[in-house]
Amino acid sequence: MNSMSETTSEGQPAAERESLLFWLIGLFLLIVLPALNVLPAEESWLHVSDFTLNRFGKFLAFAILALGLDLIWGYTGILSLGQGVFFGIGAYCMGMHLMLTIGSEGVYGSALPDFMVWNQVKELPLFWTPFYSFLAAVGLGVLAPMFCAWLFGLLAFRSRIKGVYFAIITQAVALSAWLVFNRNETNLGGTNGLTDFKQLLGFRLSEPGTQRALYVATVLALGGAYFLCRWIVQSRAGKVLIAVRDSEQRVLFSGYSPSNYKVFVFVVSAGLAGLAGLLYVPQVGIITPAQIGVLPSLEMVIWVAVGGRGTLVGAIIGAVGVNFGRSILTNYFPELWPFFLGGLFIAVVLLFPDGLVGLTRRLKAGPVGTLFKKAKPASEGVQP
Amino acid sequence: MTRSLVRTGVVLFVLALGLSGSAVAWAAGLDEPGSSVADGGQGSEVEGMKTLVGQLSSEDPAVQQQAVRVLVETGDAATLSRLELVLEEADRATRVAVKPVKALLKNKLNLASDDEAVRRAAAGDLGVSGQRLAAPWLEAAAAKESQYWARYAMEEGAAMLRLADDDPSVRDAAAAKLGELRSQNGLPALKELAQQLSGEASPRESDAPVLAAVSQAIERIEIWSTWAGVFETLFRGVSLSSILLMMSLGLAIVFGLMGVINMAHGELMMVGAYATFMTQELFKAYLPPSMFDAYFLASLPVAFLVAGACGLFLEATVIRFLYGRPLETMLATWGVSLVLIQLARVLFGDLTAVTAPAWLSGGAQVLVGVYLPYNRIFIIGLSIVCVIGIYLTLFRSSLGLRVRAVTQNRNMSACLGIPTRQVDAYTFAFGSGLAGLAGCALTLVGNVEPGLGQNYIVDSFMVVVTGGVGKLAGTIVAALGIGSLNKFLEPSFGAVYGKVFILVLVILFLQRRPSGLFAIKGRHAD
Repeated sequence: MNSMSETTSEGQPAAERESLLFWLIGLFLLIVLPALNVLPAEESWLHVSDFTLNRFGKFLAFAILALGLDLIWGYTGILSLGQGVFFGIGAYCMGMHLMLTIGSEGVYGSALPDFMVWNQVKELPLFWTPFYSFLAAVGLGVLAPMFCAWLFGLLAFRSRIKGVYFAIITQAVALSAWLVFNRNETNLGGTNGLTDFKQLLGFRLSEPGTQRALYVATVLALGGAYFLCRWIVQSRAGKVLIAVRDSEQRVLFSGYSPSNYKVFVFVVSAGLAGLAGLLYVPQVGIITPAQIGVLPSLEMVIWVAVGGRGTLVGAIIGAVGVNFGRSILTNYFPELWPFFLGGLFIAVVLLFPDGLVGLTRRLKAGPVGTLFKKAKPASEGVQP
Repeated sequence: MTRSLVRTGVVLFVLALGLSGSAVAWAAGLDEPGSSVADGGQGSEVEGMKTLVGQLSSEDPAVQQQAVRVLVETGDAATLSRLELVLEEADRATRVAVKPVKALLKNKLNLASDDEAVRRAAAGDLGVSGQRLAAPWLEAAAAKESQYWARYAMEEGAAMLRLADDDPSVRDAAAAKLGELRSQNGLPALKELAQQLSGEASPRESDAPVLAAVSQAIERIEIWSTWAGVFETLFRGVSLSSILLMMSLGLAIVFGLMGVINMAHGELMMVGAYATFMTQELFKAYLPPSMFDAYFLASLPVAFLVAGACGLFLEATVIRFLYGRPLETMLATWGVSLVLIQLARVLFGDLTAVTAPAWLSGGAQVLVGVYLPYNRIFIIGLSIVCVIGIYLTLFRSSLGLRVRAVTQNRNMSACLGIPTRQVDAYTFAFGSGLAGLAGCALTLVGNVEPGLGQNYIVDSFMVVVTGGVGKLAGTIVAALGIGSLNKFLEPSFGAVYGKVFILVLVILFLQRRPSGLFAIKGRHAD
């Protein structure tokens, strides 16, 4: 909660370093990786396979979500355990569009999605009809989560539900959403979710070229999200957000309305989560309720925590790093992954609360011996 | 159709009575006490039984009826065993023919059994057997019966059989009796009869009062069963609430004291469940089977202590370093819960179950159509004991005094010399122990699996949030409310939408009272 004190105290040079780091990463992701995918021969050690590129596309979609989560948790100090729901809404919007573009290519040859034929649904439910249009799907994929967040945020923040209470309520929302998406009668594919997509805007999803384009689109979206977040953080509103995190009461007494700022940041983070969902689905090819429940929502928090709260680059590093580690570990030692993830939860909180970014900063600051002594944020004494 | 057949059967039987008088006399001889009869006599009786059995599968209904009557009216335990002896060498057709007769005789004998459950079961079987000749037995047995539920079953059975009587006044009385008894078992028969009576082309004069009585009885029974349903839902709700309560109490006390939400609380419950499982296995392996049923009583303190020790360890290694950082504690304890779940999966596999002890299986019938299982009653009782125990600990012990002091003002308590960190540790261990007890109770109603705690954890968080911090009453009321609401919404909304609905209610409720039902009054700054 207090990690921001370091970035603010270091002031401008830190921000410059951060943006330099960002440009380097952006250059690598946008130019170097796709180039390595296309140019070198298949056997070359420099070659980046289609699979790897696709996997990175997925990680970067997650990074967009992590940025939003960092905004609300790292900068404003509100722990939302329901980001998976917003992610899911965006993902299902795109999923529904992709289901409809399958047309009669499905197993049953019906114009309806396969699972509806299977569930003996005779005609398309009304709420599916907007998703024939790509633009409507993209629009709804971002706006619907924002609307939900606005409604929920209004209810929660106006009545000054905060801290642990807010975390618990959002977790219950994640559980409820998971339960509802699992039902067959909501016509969202039940437990199996939406899958077997064929094409997007006329391009076959199985083509490497399409996936490459989606990857580039994801990188660009991530860049856009980063600039949006940086703009918010550096604006006057961003200062208020940080102030809300450090002492909401004082912000209130200074004449600001913390609840408005909180609703605003919650809505932005939900929009980013929806965008991440939109980009995730065509690259992964499936969306099920299992990806939006309680545990995935918590994992999203740990991405940000591992990368470093309160630094935008940290959120990106965390999302990519944790997911990269996950895809390796679940591949080789599937039964160890829960231990690792659980250990990560504990370690990141106990040992390096400022994440990887904070860790490198601390390593630079002094010898390794001071590393663990300073693990606690400095401003512990302010607590009531 | 069947009625007219039965009627002809009765007429034929009366005719046949004179003809087969000798057979009756012989059968009477059959029932003489066997002590005076030598082994040879036993053999001849078996021979006679064979004849009777032969008659049972006879083509002639008169002979058949007669044989039935001889067997069941005058039969006793000795007849039954002889019948079984004969059946061993009979062909299949005979066995099929004799089977209902044998059942009838057996049930008749069981009506006089010493075991109440056996008497009840026999009365129930006879009631649905459709054998009208059993009605007088049931009535006679009911007159002698002292146990309420056995007598109830007998009266119900008799009334159900009388419902098929030829005499309209008897049927009238039987219908009224069934209505008076609120007989759930008689409902299908009554409905069938009502349909039959109203559906007849030319209703007979005498049927009109019967029909009125039948429909009145149906109405009475249905109103009763509605209320019985409500009562049972309420009971299930209270039973769910008491599990929630046992979970939430520990959570709520710890939350009130340290501002920490322990996401691993559900896993401490799982630890309690596995402790119960291990106790059971130890009893199975090292103690005589006669001691086995006592394992559950032994497992209660074991579950409490094991989960409490886990809590103490958790507090000392993780939570101690995170005071004043509740959100981070949530994350760290969630990590602990992941590790614990996977550990249980590696150690115990995916699914194990505890055998409920014999004294907790079955249930008690408290009202007509209301059956309360013992295990649920036990859980409710256990949660009441827990609440009393917590009350005494919090308000009548020195630890409780310290806990309350630290909850109200940590710094001031520390200034007054209360070792706050120690209080925290003990309280956390106590709360964990309560979770262990809840896990032990849960083994009675479900499987023991690694993900056990996950099913209840979000609900119990909701209880804590709704109940407010630091007040026992808030947690109790919230647990009762959420648990009962869950069960009441389930039939109409379905389990999923019921849960969603409750979530919406909780959010709306928090609009009015952001810090729960019973918040500690006072000025707080953060």
